[in-house]
Amino acid sequence: MEDKSLQPEIAIDPDEPSSLTLIMTLGVAGFFSGLILVVSYFYTLPVIERNKEQSLQEAIYRVLPGCQKYEALILNSNNELVKPGTVSGGENKSSKRIFLGYNDKGSILGFAIPASEPGFADLITLLYGYEAQGKVIIGFEVLENKETPGLGDKIIKDKNFLANFRALSVEPLIEPAKPGKKNKPNQVETITGATISSKAVIRALQNSMTEWRQAIDGYVQKNQLTYNQNP
Amino acid sequence: MNSIEQSGRATQELVKGLWKENPTFIAVLGMCPTLAVTNSAINGLAMGLATTFVLVGSCFLVSVMRNMIPKQVRITTFIVIIATFVTAVDQLLEAGFPKIHKELGAFIALIVVNCIILGRQEAFSYKNPPWLSVMDALGMGLGFMCSLLTLGTIREILGSGSLFGITLFGDKFEPWVIMVLPPGGFLLLGFLLVFINWMKFGRLKTKKAQVENG
Repeated sequence: MEDKSLQPEIAIDPDEPSSLTLIMTLGVAGFFSGLILVVSYFYTLPVIERNKEQSLQEAIYRVLPGCQKYEALILNSNNELVKPGTVSGGENKSSKRIFLGYNDKGSILGFAIPASEPGFADLITLLYGYEAQGKVIIGFEVLENKETPGLGDKIIKDKNFLANFRALSVEPLIEPAKPGKKNKPNQVETITGATISSKAVIRALQNSMTEWRQAIDGYVQKNQLTYNQNP
Repeated sequence: MNSIEQSGRATQELVKGLWKENPTFIAVLGMCPTLAVTNSAINGLAMGLATTFVLVGSCFLVSVMRNMIPKQVRITTFIVIIATFVTAVDQLLEAGFPKIHKELGAFIALIVVNCIILGRQEAFSYKNPPWLSVMDALGMGLGFMCSLLTLGTIREILGSGSLFGITLFGDKFEPWVIMVLPPGGFLLLGFLLVFINWMKFGRLKTKKAQVENG
């Protein structure tokens, strides 16, 4: 005799829908949600990109005080700065851009350079103004950050910290200094309670300067020549 | 059911979310966004509005489709519907209000796992007609928004000395930085819960006393 209690008891619901029904339901739901998302993506994407471009533009005028107009420049394969559209072949949309600002008389004011570096939480993206002849940073603004509210996000509003970037020498190298201990033009006072975030900003500036310095110097030399010949 | 009864029922479903079954203070659901984004009043308000939109939209759809969704895959279907609305809100906010979108960051995407939404669909929309579901969702959403706005307002005033970005006090005011940090959120929520329970039980006691005294 078989012991009935050993047999597995599987309760089969007579109304149990077939697997096909279940898959169909999810398939249909997925299809419609996909459709909605594609539509919303296509309608919002141009607006989102326009917003980003606009906030970048506004920031350019702020980090280069006195800037009246600017032009974008990208690197070509010889590590030279050129106007976009003049590069043969190797140009694409993701090329990093920097911006050359002019004052109302049409002479060169400085470069607005975007840079980014991991902070305490996620990337800190910033834009700074660089005056190539004096080799100083003359303006600075954080574009995007996810630093701790109240502590790390002081990098965008702490007046003492921001004052560091009104005339910061990049030679020989930008260095961090303890709060109140800044005694050289190339030092940045960090913020108490936001050390990691402020050091990330300094690192971003250091790396970005290393990256662009040579190309910028080359460009300025070349343009200074033409400027002097045709005053 | 005649129309007066119907509208009475609808009002009841709408109002219950505001106080009696408030998702934050009574049901204590959705704590993650409640604590995380209420460091300023405007963030709390925006988060509340975004959640309300997702809640109303997804509850309506679930309710309309409730007879077509087999119960074995209901949760999965709910999540697909919620995720669609959340992604749409994310994109709309980024396009329309880039500043607020920047502030709320990842928490917009995290609305998808807010248990208030899934909870309402499981408990209400899956069993009730669309118009009642929308009322229920609207009530719950507004209740959630009011709670977030309360927390955000108090935390912003104490922690930043401002309200909706407008400075309230002079330079002499030293902001309580802790109030805009996570511990401040926990503290304030704790005090508010104590206060609300104290009021609730106080009312119960007086009711009981009235019954006993005839």
